[in-house]
Amino acid sequence: MQLEAMYQEVILDHYRNPLNKGLREPYEGEAHHVNPTCGDEITLRVHLTGEGRDARVADVSYDAMGCSISQASASVMTDLIIGKSVKEAMAVGEEFLALMQSRGQDAEPDEDVLEDAVAFVGVSKYPARIKCALLAWMAWKDATARALGEAS
Amino acid sequence: MSDLLPEEVKKDFPLLQRTVRGGRPLIYLDSGATSQKPRQVLDAEREFYERHNAAVHRGAHLLAEEATDAFEGARTRIATFVGAVPGEIVFTKNATEGINLVAYAMSNAATAGPEAERFAVGPGDEIVVTEMEHHANLVPWQQLCQRTGATLRWFGLTDDGRLDLEPLAELVNERTKLVALTQQSNVLGTINPVEAIAARAREVGALTLVDAAQSVPHLPVDVQDLGVDFLVFSGHKMLGPTGIGVLWGRRELLEAMPPFITGGSMIEVVRMEGSTFMPPPQRFEAGSPNTAQAVGLGAAVDYLSALGMDRVHAHEEALTGYALERLTEVPGVRIIGPGTTEARGGAVSFTVADIHPHDVGQVLDELGVEVRVGHHCAWPICRRYQIPATTRASFYVHNTLADIDALADGVRQAQKFFGTA
Repeated sequence: MQLEAMYQEVILDHYRNPLNKGLREPYEGEAHHVNPTCGDEITLRVHLTGEGRDARVADVSYDAMGCSISQASASVMTDLIIGKSVKEAMAVGEEFLALMQSRGQDAEPDEDVLEDAVAFVGVSKYPARIKCALLAWMAWKDATARALGEAS
Repeated sequence: MSDLLPEEVKKDFPLLQRTVRGGRPLIYLDSGATSQKPRQVLDAEREFYERHNAAVHRGAHLLAEEATDAFEGARTRIATFVGAVPGEIVFTKNATEGINLVAYAMSNAATAGPEAERFAVGPGDEIVVTEMEHHANLVPWQQLCQRTGATLRWFGLTDDGRLDLEPLAELVNERTKLVALTQQSNVLGTINPVEAIAARAREVGALTLVDAAQSVPHLPVDVQDLGVDFLVFSGHKMLGPTGIGVLWGRRELLEAMPPFITGGSMIEVVRMEGSTFMPPPQRFEAGSPNTAQAVGLGAAVDYLSALGMDRVHAHEEALTGYALERLTEVPGVRIIGPGTTEARGGAVSFTVADIHPHDVGQVLDELGVEVRVGHHCAWPICRRYQIPATTRASFYVHNTLADIDALADGVRQAQKFFGTA
């Protein structure tokens, strides 16, 4: 069954026991994103230490409502990027975006970069679910831009 | 079960013969979003393009005559289908456009002369909708109120998915200019008592517009019996093509109403200084129409008439009853909408404890069962029942009891897969 390819055990684990969930202080940037096709929502806060793109992602906290893919993706993301510099975290985000846009074709995700997030390779074959996997990442990018004072 | 034979009907639908996801038979339970098309409809469109295609209402050649006859013939059959006369049938792109047409005509009315005054709205006037409207019958009225300063009010919902009619007399009052409501909810399946609400609207001199996108395809609808002023529906939800819909309006209203989209085909005389307009329905049909699609919708109406709308409704009522029974047997399933078939159509929305609808839908899809998940373009309903989204199965003429068994079994498989049961 294809389902196991999509819902890998790693994804289900993160879904059942999400990491870093809940909204926390302090934070410099907050973003609220909605997937208008299904109504999934996330409010995400970013706490940075330092300046500009070299700033460290000290915390990412979030409150989210949605499907297993969007919830697991938020959990995996926070685990991946907390502790990294903004620059490094953005690079991971780009790698993840590329994986999701691959539609499962020639996808050779870099496990050293993406760690648990490689499990989302199966999701990329289902166009309707890609937005679910990207919801938290988009909110993070937005909240970080706000924290850095880059938001338009 | 009614005497409609879905297995026989299904043979008319080429798409329903295909398989999905590794050779599984397709079980299509998403007709509420869009219906599949019988061969008769596809043939009608093809024949129009292969034999009669030309611009309608212009040109003196044979093809133009044939194309116009096909187009106007479709209008006549569609009119008969809903108890109207052809002059009251305005072709639109879909139900959404029909509603926008009325909403924009109402804001254009302020500057369209004394005849159009009855449509004008402004501060102090009220538009009444319901909390169960599809966004198509909510957002245009929000926007109309924003443009004109009128106030939007709405009927709330009861816990079992019905309109709360308790405040009818207060909500629909002398300030009300228009009541816009759905005849059948696309999420809850509820069939609303349109006649009673329209009667109250008439009492206070308000107009009534009915969103019939989910009713005209599924039950006998007669615009005269309903006692309403406007009614809209979409072709693609009733076995017809996309890109064609209908606005029905009472003749004297259409005659007094200013146009929404202007341009060619809708004018009487054009000078550089200004123009006059054709009588309805042409006044509201600027530009080249979706001709082949109108012809296709005419064929869809013939197909449904041959089946008989009473039988269609009885068939879907039987399916709905069975679905309510089979789904409520599953622990953790909650029906969002009326729990019985009384005044209820064949859209059955539900939640499954601890599994998000997207995930339910994914498992069902893997099994070849195609349903809709999400808020179904009626977000306020989800807020009202404090749920993020629902899974919705919706039925039509080709669905069988076995399809519903597959749905219920699929829900149990989803529970097994996610370890919630």
